[in-house]
Amino acid sequence: MSPRPKRLRKISNPPPISGFRPYGGKHNKSNNDAVFLEYEEYESIRLCDFERLNHFEASEIMNVSRPTLTRIYSKAREKMSEALVLGKQIIIEGGKVYFDSEWFACNSCGCYFNNPDKEVETEECPLCGSKAISIYEDFEYDDVSDASQVTQNICVCPSCGYAKPHSFGTPCRKEVCPECQHHLVRKESQHYKRI
Amino acid sequence: MKAAITSTGNSLNSKMDQRFGRCAYFVIYDTESDGYEFIPNSGKDAPEGAGPAAAQLVASRDVKKVISGEFGIKIKSLLDRLNIQMIVLKEPEKTIGQIVELLNHK
Repeated sequence: MSPRPKRLRKISNPPPISGFRPYGGKHNKSNNDAVFLEYEEYESIRLCDFERLNHFEASEIMNVSRPTLTRIYSKAREKMSEALVLGKQIIIEGGKVYFDSEWFACNSCGCYFNNPDKEVETEECPLCGSKAISIYEDFEYDDVSDASQVTQNICVCPSCGYAKPHSFGTPCRKEVCPECQHHLVRKESQHYKRI
Repeated sequence: MKAAITSTGNSLNSKMDQRFGRCAYFVIYDTESDGYEFIPNSGKDAPEGAGPAAAQLVASRDVKKVISGEFGIKIKSLLDRLNIQMIVLKEPEKTIGQIVELLNHK
């Protein structure tokens, strides 16, 4: 059996440098002694130690589970301690990652744009120069989340089409249509599609 | 500062292309010198890898912004890494000339 594929870890910005080299001592002559710190490990150090987030918050940002984040983080510390104690150089590269940045929407010209440079705060639309911008969340998944919000929380009557907003805690089938006494079903559910 | 716009044709009256990797032309517009450059997209009909090739092309022209109708998942992470700003404009009726006017509005 092949193992489950790794989830892509979300990285906000690549590190400003590609590694560290030791100086002094006898170790700096040998160039081939290096530890390879992966991008995801760098990001976990940045989030947990530099931004001082806890593991759960960091895992949410990197789009992995909390145990995975803890594993990445401990691996990162292991590698950094190895470099520190044995005087090895650190090379930051590789890892199963993708880069992502914040997205904004312009209310004036209707465009969406991202902010590739985190250091500079976005204040105006890069296209029309309007200051009427807002943060746009879930850029990639907008269609999916819209659809689930509109359709999932409505109970409909399969015979007359009566619809009411779903009340959480009460299954739709336990509710009865006031007009034709049918049991209701959730709109867009598997059951609803079969009718 | 240079911006790239995806275009369906090689004139200012052509409409913008809604796809990034498989657009017909790239318009490289220089906001300082007000100069245009039309580059035909060689990867238009490529079976695969059109997006990364297109990203490489715009990156080689030192572009800071890319305007298109849509960016694929590969392109988003690639352009993010290259520090190029993506602008998504879902208005297929806009011509290149109109977009350049918008850009110059500042």
